[in-house]
Amino acid sequence: MEYAKPNLSDYGFFKIPMKNQEPVAGILPFGIATELFSDYAEKLRFIQVPVNMKISVQADNTLLFPIGTTFIKTFYYFVDKYQPELGRRLIETRLLMNTIDGWLAFPYIWNEEQSDAVLAIAGDRMQVDWINEHGESMDILYSVPNVNQCKGCHVYENKLKPIGPKIRNLNMDYMYSDGFMNQLIKWESSGIFSNLSEIAHLPRTAKANDFNETLNGRARAWIDINCAHCHRKGGPAETSGLFLELEQKNLRALGVMKPPIAAGRGTSKFKYTIVPGEPEKSIMLYRIRSTDPGIMMPELGRRLTHMEGAELVREWIKAMPKSGK
Amino acid sequence: MSKVTFRLIIINIFLSTAFASFEKELQTQLILAEPGDTITLDEGRFEILGTLSMEGKENIVIRGAGMDQTILSFSNQIEGAQGLSITNCKRIILENFTIQNTIGDGIKVQYTDGIVFRNVKAEWTGGPKATNGAYGLYPVQCSNVLIEYSMSIGASDAGLYVGQSKNIIVRSSEVYHNVAGIEIENSINADVYNNYAHDNTGGILIFDLPDLIQKSGKNVRIFNNLIENNNLDNFAPEGNIVGQVPPGTGIMVMAVEKVEIFKNTIRNNKTAGTTIVSYFITEEAIKDSLYNPYTASIYIHDNIYERESQLPTLNHDIGVLLALRFRCHVPDIIYDGMPDPRYANADGQIPADRRLCLENNLNAGYVNLDISKNFNKWYSPFIASFSTDEDECNCSQTPISAVKLNIIE
Repeated sequence: MEYAKPNLSDYGFFKIPMKNQEPVAGILPFGIATELFSDYAEKLRFIQVPVNMKISVQADNTLLFPIGTTFIKTFYYFVDKYQPELGRRLIETRLLMNTIDGWLAFPYIWNEEQSDAVLAIAGDRMQVDWINEHGESMDILYSVPNVNQCKGCHVYENKLKPIGPKIRNLNMDYMYSDGFMNQLIKWESSGIFSNLSEIAHLPRTAKANDFNETLNGRARAWIDINCAHCHRKGGPAETSGLFLELEQKNLRALGVMKPPIAAGRGTSKFKYTIVPGEPEKSIMLYRIRSTDPGIMMPELGRRLTHMEGAELVREWIKAMPKSGK
Repeated sequence: MSKVTFRLIIINIFLSTAFASFEKELQTQLILAEPGDTITLDEGRFEILGTLSMEGKENIVIRGAGMDQTILSFSNQIEGAQGLSITNCKRIILENFTIQNTIGDGIKVQYTDGIVFRNVKAEWTGGPKATNGAYGLYPVQCSNVLIEYSMSIGASDAGLYVGQSKNIIVRSSEVYHNVAGIEIENSINADVYNNYAHDNTGGILIFDLPDLIQKSGKNVRIFNNLIENNNLDNFAPEGNIVGQVPPGTGIMVMAVEKVEIFKNTIRNNKTAGTTIVSYFITEEAIKDSLYNPYTASIYIHDNIYERESQLPTLNHDIGVLLALRFRCHVPDIIYDGMPDPRYANADGQIPADRRLCLENNLNAGYVNLDISKNFNKWYSPFIASFSTDEDECNCSQTPISAVKLNIIE
């Protein structure tokens, strides 16, 4: 805990006023191709790599971040998504810091005045409301995860790890203050990569909400970011035998005609995680749609259904040939 | 910043915000605990709204004032599925409290070496219902697991469930109104003894399932248990493997090697006092090339069987089959007749140490369903040839050694 400072302002990541979320020099904003759903919260992401330190790219395209790297992620809602000029409310900022003791995660909760955020290692729950893009008033009990819950998703082989910042998720254009640019090229030009190969040869995750991408690419990208942090070998849901990472090629491991192991009520009387062509008989879709804590997947981090994500998975299962055992 | 001031700051932050103070304080203690700490739970009933969690800790005791004195109630749970979740820890002792009415599992412990549940109860107070959580006490992917003087009541899957673990003792505990009372699944080296498993759908299950990381469950001893009246209707949510357990099952062994069942009293389980079956009984396809669906080296001896004259369950294919064939006098030990063909000698015989051996059981009737020969006639019990000659199992095996736990108690 000695790494955690009591207030977000103590780190000096942002210019004053902090609510504008303008990073100081040396901190880069970024985005990822497909995001984890967090009750429709908007997210701002930043990375700080210590001066003169570099990120090295491994042979399998995983990234090794130097000690001292910090990921900063701020969660917010627009007052009215349809009228962003009405402003936004910052809810929390999560830090993921690479230290000599490994990666550590700390949540900070923004104050009413939006002038600073305060460390909350036990997390919190608070009422949050906003108007969504369809003009509907939304109102939920928002949960800020405690440090254990952070690890609940970010754990891999018993160690805390970043989830989103992978080559394939970063390999896309981002709107910088001086225009669009591929993020990997931007990072390269900022000198924080030690050994990036030709962009053309690097993998790229589809954007789940981009209809120019293939249905399979979009669905697998959504399932990867929403499910595979747990559902992979070395992840906490490996006990299920269901492995959902983008690279997974084994259909049975992906859930096709696979009976559940310890799904409890999560089955809804269905026998298999995915029945090709039959989304309404597939446990996967049922659990993605549910908001019952004893049924829903992921288990944490949402109270609402991601309607767009569920629809995408429905289409994807529907499109599988029925004989696809 | 020193730890003390840090803790003070944290506590001030908690006082200033609004999530129920007991829950927040306990969660904070679970996060800040240092090796050697004991976290004390006061006497009383405490409402908890979200999963409590402990991660990455060593040598911690969580101690209540007594099983019925300290009750953590999750009746109004809004977040997370488990009551208490413990991951990636070493040498953790949980004792003297009850976890009640969780949406999902009562206490889940994962990736932990050395976990003791002592005088801990997981219960659902509304009776057996499909909407109850799946598992009561649920260590999975752990080693050195001790469950003793504990209880589970009402789990819609298994009450005391140990999965994908090594070195396990479950003893002196009571389980009822669960689908499975005690279940040991895909686990190695387990002793299950001195337990009272009654009024569940199935009393004690020893299973090995495909598609899991840890396979080849083996070396399980079930002894000195009282296993009776496990005749509860199966209330598991449909689609779950335990949903296939016939009501009226005392002990069920599926696809496991090296199981010794002895000195138990097994009575009035209406369908099957003891069933020994391969995974084929589930009629599920097997896609896992490393999975062994057969049982082998099953040694059942010195048990006492008793059975009132009654019909087996008629809510299950096997029950119907047995009822048609045996009416109210169903044999106590039911074998599917599927030995592991890998162990056959040149002459096709399975050596004694790889077979099902029955020895010195009191009042034990036996039937071999011989499903490899009768499979196509599965639903034709009048045509099928079942052997009830227990001499075919007249053999003995070397006893399995006792489990030794590496736990500082």
